Amino acid sequence: MSTQVTEQETETEPETETDHQERRMAEKRERADMRERAEEELDDTEETVKIKVFRYDPEVEGKKDPRFDTFRVPFTKGMTVLDALIYARDHFDSSLTFRHSCRQAICGSDALFINGSQRLGCKTQMSELEWPVRIEPLPHSDVVKDLVVDMEHFYDQMEAVEPYFQTNDLPAADEEQRQSRENREKVKMSTRCIWCSACMSSCNIAAGDNEYLGPAAINKAYRFAMDKREGEDMKEHRLNIIEQEHGVWRCQTQFSCTEVCPKDIPLTEHIQELKREAVKSNLKFW
Amino acid sequence: MHEHDVIVVGAGGAGLRAAIAAHEEGADVAMVTKLHPVRSHTGAAEGGINAALRDGDDWELHAYDTMKGSDYLGDAPAIETLAQDAPDEVIQLEHWGMPFSREDDGRVSQRPFGGLSFPRTTYAGAETGHHLLHTMYEQVVKRGIQVYDEYYVSQLAVTDHDDPTERECHGVVAYDIKGGEIVGFQARNGVVLATGGDGQVFDHTTNAVANTGDGAAMAYRAGVPVEDMEFVQFHPTTLPSTGVLISEGVRGEGGILYNSEGERFMFEYGYANNAGELASRDVVARAELTEVNNGRGINDEYVYLDMRHLGEERIYDRLENIIHLAEDFEGVDPAEEPMPVKPGQHYHMGGIETNEHGQTCIDGLYAAGECACASVHGSNRLGGNALPELIVFGARAGRHAAGKDLGEAEVPTGPSAKSEDEDSLDTPVEPGAVGTSDEDVAADGAMVDAENVVQAAVDAEQRRIDDLLEREGTNHAEIREDLQKAMTENVNVFRNKESLKDALETIRECRERYQHVAVSDPSRTFNTDLIHTIETRNLIDVAETITLGALARNEFRGAHWRQEHQERKDDEWLKHTMIAWNDGTPDLYYKPVILEGEEKEYEPKVRSY
Ligand SMILES: Cc1cc2nc3c(=O)[nH]c(=O)nc-3n(C[C@H](O)[C@H](O)[C@H](O)COP(=O)(O)OP(=O)(O)OC[C@H]3O[C@@H](n4cnc5c(N)ncnc54)[C@H](O)[C@@H]3O)c2cc1C
Ligand code: SF4
Ligand code: FES
Repeated sequence: MSTQVTEQETETEPETETDHQERRMAEKRERADMRERAEEELDDTEETVKIKVFRYDPEVEGKKDPRFDTFRVPFTKGMTVLDALIYARDHFDSSLTFRHSCRQAICGSDALFINGSQRLGCKTQMSELEWPVRIEPLPHSDVVKDLVVDMEHFYDQMEAVEPYFQTNDLPAADEEQRQSRENREKVKMSTRCIWCSACMSSCNIAAGDNEYLGPAAINKAYRFAMDKREGEDMKEHRLNIIEQEHGVWRCQTQFSCTEVCPKDIPLTEHIQELKREAVKSNLKFW
Repeated sequence: MHEHDVIVVGAGGAGLRAAIAAHEEGADVAMVTKLHPVRSHTGAAEGGINAALRDGDDWELHAYDTMKGSDYLGDAPAIETLAQDAPDEVIQLEHWGMPFSREDDGRVSQRPFGGLSFPRTTYAGAETGHHLLHTMYEQVVKRGIQVYDEYYVSQLAVTDHDDPTERECHGVVAYDIKGGEIVGFQARNGVVLATGGDGQVFDHTTNAVANTGDGAAMAYRAGVPVEDMEFVQFHPTTLPSTGVLISEGVRGEGGILYNSEGERFMFEYGYANNAGELASRDVVARAELTEVNNGRGINDEYVYLDMRHLGEERIYDRLENIIHLAEDFEGVDPAEEPMPVKPGQHYHMGGIETNEHGQTCIDGLYAAGECACASVHGSNRLGGNALPELIVFGARAGRHAAGKDLGEAEVPTGPSAKSEDEDSLDTPVEPGAVGTSDEDVAADGAMVDAENVVQAAVDAEQRRIDDLLEREGTNHAEIREDLQKAMTENVNVFRNKESLKDALETIRECRERYQHVAVSDPSRTFNTDLIHTIETRNLIDVAETITLGALARNEFRGAHWRQEHQERKDDEWLKHTMIAWNDGTPDLYYKPVILEGEEKEYEPKVRSY
């Protein structure tokens, strides 16, 4: 089961897939308890929760100066931050603007700064948070309007790592390439990225260095570099990309990306592993 | 104005595949999409993608299962195309690097799914759609295909010939969500609509908030008939509070359904004595609601789905995603307790009428994916058959739009002789007339050139949007909520004449109220209020066609169950419901189902599992 192969040089304790799952399950139980307690304390019908929402619209008088608006929304069991925002928008102020679509943590469009950390609105239960809940756009990005930030820079960084599968030897058109189960497991976590940008927003290095590829893009590079179907030459090529000046070596293993990633991708670990791979491949050339 | 050979509207699985295919034909392609491609709802698909890849399986079996699943309302040429093209398309995805789950020998894994006679559902964990979407978007990036993301397409630029089959589509009009402008897109060769589902017609759905049936409604108003709209799939296992889907993969791997008495009701009450939990979706959804209606539900609302006995290892290997979904969205840990589930709107079998090349009756207008109806799912879609539909018909629509000759189509399209009108349906209220046809189709017939057609559509749209922004009136959210409630109450899994008529009445009231709708956010930048207002109009049109079709179909077929008509009536109803927009009045007519395939004719049989 242990697939997150970590070697001894890592600064962190190696965490196997099983540990990771156990930790996650423990966290989950804790959160479930918390939720239950919060819900027991509340009377469903009467309780309201306050949300303080960041507002800004460069075009509209009165919203040009950023401010916070407070909305009181009725609390219901299972309510998420996104539910609260939708309620506020549909009942109080239809100009309240935020991105959202899937409401199930897969489209990546509602990463927000909630009570001081990057989270997906749809995946965050109100009952898990301290009230009033403060909702802001992702830090370190330009705000377009209210909670919507400009994603262009994030997309540019993703595209900079050649985020597509490339190989020179494909089998015949009607034949599958083979991939071992182990190799699929190896890249599994890295393929889960939903491009939400939470990690990028939480990263101090990215905040200070606009050219730094950032955790999501480096993870994308990892996804391909570790996929054996691409072949050794391509792996070299990929390592060259992430080794550039604003690539892996900028990472100072602060773990903030790993902490906020809603898909539990071990980002810091992936970056560390790529650093080691890069060193190994340089050694080969000497 | 932007100009390209092929304009693809929508960047989910169908749109991405269409764009890649058109690009491979050498066309200059652009994608115009209201969400960034990786945010499309295809990413939410969990269970898998059907393709006959293994010894012991072949496309004929796949076609047969699909025809049976459709309750004999699919068209054989389209179904055979689906089954024939799927294996190559799936291998193509593999060659593009899609991280499929693997067998010990390194080949892609396949698993059993409801209604399939062979385990041919190929999957990538319980996140097949996510990987499919990302893999194809990667290929779009690789090819440098132009993507206009966060552009909301609100109108098609179509000539206004009287006869829809003589109209031509020259492009689309879009609102640049970030920039605030209304922009024209001219397509030299063709426009492919790939705008996905319309689950937001209902208030309990597995669909994304963006699934508002925009493409279907736009094509419908431009004169393309919509087909088989009454067939809405309700998935038997959605989480009660949010509608988030628990994949059929859970039952595929051996998950069990229980009622409040702890009985395994699929067998206990004989709903499906052979297939049990793995019977077709319509069968399981009805069984669950029957349990609830007979007082054997939990909290009068749902039943239990249990997968604990599968063991943690198997669950983590194949269904890990389910653990997270149940925990995050329902607060239940499925390794420790069973999950509450109930049926929820999931998929729309009906849609824009197309042939097997994705063509509609309007020249230059194509459709593919969930918004389209090439007629492969008939009255009931088998799990795992939507994803192959996206790539098979997406690719074909893209290729054809780029000018490749795909031969004569066997599934005919276009308004045919009208056989029935709404009067014979005994509908309670007059149809409303929001928007007239001259606002919906642009320019003056063949008299003007393509650019003018697009420009005229842009101008009309500009006027409409200015008006919406400037006037005072009702907020769309109130109308939308009433519409969704009425649909969920009355046009759900169980239907009857009275409830359908009630729904139609509410829909038409909503249409009236929509006349006075206004956008209160005055801003041009990222105006989601404006977008939701336009979407609400689309929901009204789609809801009306669903309800009308359901009211007319006096039989029980696939997902369409009628209290007063508890049998499939093959003598009368082996035909597709067609609804065409005729100057603000929905015209209803029928066309026959094609049961004759390449080699054989499919014989309608009683569907038992
Ligand atoms: C939760 C869930 C699980 C599923 N699981 C499976 C499964 O396991 N197997 C299977 O075969 N099927 C499954 N399905 C069904 C299948 O996933 C969908 O039918 C399919 O993904 C739809 O793809 P699409 O490309 O047609 O649309 P979508 O992926 O929804 O894409 C629509 C695109 O159109 C764009 N768009 C919409 N309106 C406009 C507009 N006005 N202007 C511009 N752009 C617009 C959107 O931005 C988006 O890019 C599942 C569906 C759901 C909801
Ligand atoms: S790595 Fe995680 S946090 Fe970063 S963009 Fe991807 S899903 Fe979001
Ligand atoms: S709404 Fe899609 S990730 Fe939250």
